[in-house]
Amino acid sequence: MAYSNKIKEIYQNQLNGIKEAGLFKQERFIHSSQDAEIEVEFPAGSAPKKVINVCANNYLGLSSHPDVIKAAHEGLDTRGYGMSSVRFICGTQDIHRELENKVSEFLGTEDTILFPSCMDANAGVFEAILTSEDIMISDRLVHASIIDGMRLCSAQHDTFKHSDMAHLEKKLQLHADKRLKVVINDGVYSMDGDTAKLDEMVALCEKYDAILFVDESHSSGFIGKTGRGTHEKCGVMGKIDIITTTFGKALGGASGGCVSGRKEIVEMCRQKARPYLFSNTIAPVVVSGVLEVLNILSKSTERRDKLEVNTKFWREGLTKAGFVLKDGDTPIVPVMLFNAKLAQDFSKDLFDLGIYAIGFFFPVVPQGAARIRTQISAGHEMHHLEKALDAFIQVGKKYDILGKTKQEIIEMYGN
Amino acid sequence: MEDMKEMILEYVIEEYCDEENDDVTFDTPLISGGIVDSFSMVSLKRFLENKYKISIPDADATPEAFDTVNKIEVLVKKFQ
Repeated sequence: MAYSNKIKEIYQNQLNGIKEAGLFKQERFIHSSQDAEIEVEFPAGSAPKKVINVCANNYLGLSSHPDVIKAAHEGLDTRGYGMSSVRFICGTQDIHRELENKVSEFLGTEDTILFPSCMDANAGVFEAILTSEDIMISDRLVHASIIDGMRLCSAQHDTFKHSDMAHLEKKLQLHADKRLKVVINDGVYSMDGDTAKLDEMVALCEKYDAILFVDESHSSGFIGKTGRGTHEKCGVMGKIDIITTTFGKALGGASGGCVSGRKEIVEMCRQKARPYLFSNTIAPVVVSGVLEVLNILSKSTERRDKLEVNTKFWREGLTKAGFVLKDGDTPIVPVMLFNAKLAQDFSKDLFDLGIYAIGFFFPVVPQGAARIRTQISAGHEMHHLEKALDAFIQVGKKYDILGKTKQEIIEMYGN
Repeated sequence: MEDMKEMILEYVIEEYCDEENDDVTFDTPLISGGIVDSFSMVSLKRFLENKYKISIPDADATPEAFDTVNKIEVLVKKFQ
């Protein structure tokens, strides 16, 4: 037997190790569409329970929007289910190019290339445009998919302290002799909810002749006055050389991603990026849905405006109640608990009260920085947020952490 | 060789720490403790090579060998 007991034991031991470390991930089955309220089967085998969801990336509440669903149905009817080909053989439809043009228009860039996901965009872009003569200088908190993309690339790499512009400048000076320098960061950081200083980064990149890369997965559609992203918020539209983003979060939440930016860089991806060359692109049904999402967002800022109001209510409510939050003004609002077990217990108690929010702890976030990451949506109505806030306060009282400082919480529960 | 350890510790604090995690000692786990990630390890390796005029082969520049200032000192001495 090829799959011997020895092989089986190796994996069983590894899995046991993950369980013993308290890091074993289990999926919870949702019996409804993605929305502000969902029906969750937890623990497995129990009857689905209706809960308010405060941990989805469904920032604009478009995942189950009727117009998006209608457009997807039309796409399915007119363009079929699948392409059975990569883009450059016979896998490109008119709507794929239409979506690329619409994304460029929305983000204010020169050109765009679609990828099956933003993970694929990040995995493919660096290898396609850099060589061993070049340097990638990344913020230390960039997303895992960017780290994987950098690992696949032969260019050298270095890092700078999170959002520390003086440190970034030092690194740009240190690597002045490289052929190309790429500064790499997220627009909004998914675990802390803070925003990159793109205006300062643009200035530094202009000064040191570097390319600027930004992953806008947690920004596209709702950050900035008209939701174009962090570059709009920072007043640097048209000055970002490479933007990657996803259609799997605010922009409909299905799947797919892209590289958008300077036309030569996009063309290099079309010629060389392996996830583009060797896998099918986004299915026609999803392309049709995303086109409608962009149509909705281009016509009105109503949804991102509502998200801003909801976020303000949520942050103010939690702050007033005495929780320790990470600073910021994005819909990612981390409630800091510092201790991993406390984060898990807190999440479980919230679920019992009808609120779905997940605890995050090391190694997903730094040691001693465990938290409940809440994410607000335009799909939330005020009564959802009021109920969620009441539940947070009730559980916060149970653990006696309201009004306590970081140090006091750590003294009570450890970190 | 306190000087070498002090020098390395000073670099680690300056390069990798902020006010949240600056209580690093010679025995603090740097890699497994999440203070230094694998990409950032590259600049530490370059610092050691330039400072002590040595060359550390990639095979020896493992996360285990870089995990504490004490272990880094052992590694540097090996190639001096």
